[in-house]
Amino acid sequence: MKPCLIALAGNPNVGKSTVFNALTGMRRHTGNWTGKTVTNAVGRCTHKGREYDVADVPGTYSLRALSEEECVACDLLASDELELAVVILDATALERSLILAVQLIGSVKRCVLCVNLIDGAAKRGIFVDDKALSNYFGVPVCKVCARKREGLDALMDLVEDALCREPRNPKPSGCDCGIMDYAAKAAHEAATLAVTCGEDRTKALRHRIDCLLSSRITGTLIMLLLMTVVFYITIKGANYPSALLSEGFALLEAWVYGLLLKIGAPWWLTEPLVFGVLRVLGWVVAVMLPPMAIFFPLFTLLEDWGLLPRIAFNMDSSFKRCNACGKQALTTCMGFGCNAVGVTACRIIDSKRERMIAMLTNSFIPCNGRFPLLISLICAFITGSGARLGILGAAVLAVAVLLAIYMSLAASWLLSKTLLKGQSSVCTLELPPFRKPEIGKVLLRSMVERSAKVLLRAVIVAAPAGLIIWILSNVSVGGATLLAHLTSGLDGVGRFLGLDGVILGSFVLGLPANEIVLPLMLMSYNAGGVLTELGDVSSMGAILRANGWTVYTAVAVMLFSMFHWPCATTLATIIKEGKSVKWATAAALLPLIFGIGCCLVVRALAILFG
Amino acid sequence: MRLCDVKLGESVRINALGHTGAVLQRLQDLGFTFGCEITPLFRAPSGDPTAYGLRGSVIALRFCDAALIEVAI
Repeated sequence: MKPCLIALAGNPNVGKSTVFNALTGMRRHTGNWTGKTVTNAVGRCTHKGREYDVADVPGTYSLRALSEEECVACDLLASDELELAVVILDATALERSLILAVQLIGSVKRCVLCVNLIDGAAKRGIFVDDKALSNYFGVPVCKVCARKREGLDALMDLVEDALCREPRNPKPSGCDCGIMDYAAKAAHEAATLAVTCGEDRTKALRHRIDCLLSSRITGTLIMLLLMTVVFYITIKGANYPSALLSEGFALLEAWVYGLLLKIGAPWWLTEPLVFGVLRVLGWVVAVMLPPMAIFFPLFTLLEDWGLLPRIAFNMDSSFKRCNACGKQALTTCMGFGCNAVGVTACRIIDSKRERMIAMLTNSFIPCNGRFPLLISLICAFITGSGARLGILGAAVLAVAVLLAIYMSLAASWLLSKTLLKGQSSVCTLELPPFRKPEIGKVLLRSMVERSAKVLLRAVIVAAPAGLIIWILSNVSVGGATLLAHLTSGLDGVGRFLGLDGVILGSFVLGLPANEIVLPLMLMSYNAGGVLTELGDVSSMGAILRANGWTVYTAVAVMLFSMFHWPCATTLATIIKEGKSVKWATAAALLPLIFGIGCCLVVRALAILFG
Repeated sequence: MRLCDVKLGESVRINALGHTGAVLQRLQDLGFTFGCEITPLFRAPSGDPTAYGLRGSVIALRFCDAALIEVAI
């Protein structure tokens, strides 16, 4: 028998994914649904010998979709294949959750209500009467605590039972606008009947924490402190696995090289494959994977705990002044991990204009791939402290990060005055209650969905890039390699910006992944045909100084690395999300204009003082 | 009285929403409907936006949006 399709629907942040993971044991695959091809997380669940396909629908506030993410939800919920919808309700905010439930009961074939987070509600003295709810709506109701896996068997029993009956609404229909007042009224009536409120002892404490986080002094301090801690853990923690991975890739490289020699493969196959494709691939994976695997779980922990929406709340006025959405603060934060992930996250922004602003300005934020370059150059040229990033170095890095944030705000303002004219639309931001994050879910969601996906895409672009770089640096025409021709061709423009041809050429060739920009520069300066290890910072500094670098050059390179075109992965994501090549071009040119401006300012300063 | 003028911690009831289109829709979806009780809880460092408690959840609104919501005690 074909597995029956059931969907888990509900408001954002009511624990749909927790229920999903508990039911399916975190086995998810991506499903395609008729109509628009959308991706929902789908998992298989077996209950009493019968199989179900469970879809984890993105959180939505109503069936009238406004944001991109809600469209995905509505498409699935309106699908003909959907046999039953389980509406997950938040016991701590039952009345609000019920508004969606009322709409769904009237529009899907069969419906089961599932009151989640009853443990949190009990702590706040809230009791939900499931019988009263069931009587009011005439649908089965079940109380669960998904985090502790309580009540899930009973839920699946109700689902099985409901599936045996004839559908209530034989043809699923959309939701018309007149239903809203009715939905709100019904939700209020049902909640009044079913909810008993006792004494809430945690309310005063929650209010105190909220006031502390949103106060002018403590709120700002806590935010800055958190940012520092997250960066510190990411940079420090990534060093060791990065070294391990690059050693592993070196071994793999030697092994593959040996194997190819043994089977007698010709040099024109062996060399580009090993020293081109494999080396660049190894480089990108070793530099990129560990910081991402640390940054995104940390980020998701903060998200689950409920802190990120509060950061957006605190930052909203800055974004409002730039006619942008406060939620852009969240996508900006994600940009520090990976710009491509930041661009994808822009789906949470309702207004199309504001979503575009957030997408175009995300690459102003230095991602994990650009931090190594910033840190190495700070150590070699500004603090002169060798490999260790001291307090001065950390302060310089913090200034760079703040500059990036302000530049992205400036770019947002510029866009809102030119290409994307308009006033900022309504910004409704829900501040969920603080919750203990679930470590397992965090690891799955962030490692698999964010790190792995982005890494896969980066690998897809890095492998061909490795081949191209090898060809450019090993094929000679007229006595010089193609790479040398490229760099000498760009030298004029580079010198004008206070850089040089090699630097500019490296940024051009570094389009697939920012991680390889600095190794590319060293390779070109050394005139070697293959990427070499960075080695220690002081010898790197010596090589660069020998090629005419000054402190001003280093600063200009750092600024240019923060503000140039986004990497190929990010550009591909912008094309996919924005469904337009035109906007992707704008996304490439906008930071470039800022970068050129910054470099010219630095060059002017160098001429004045240097 | 406008919602933006209500003092922190003071509970009021929503009389009317002055918004239109998608904004009105979003607010209704979040539970901003006639007769609903709403309480301003705390403000962001710059004084805008303000977090409001309604129907058991906490939702932040900017001053200009709260100014279009008519409320009564």
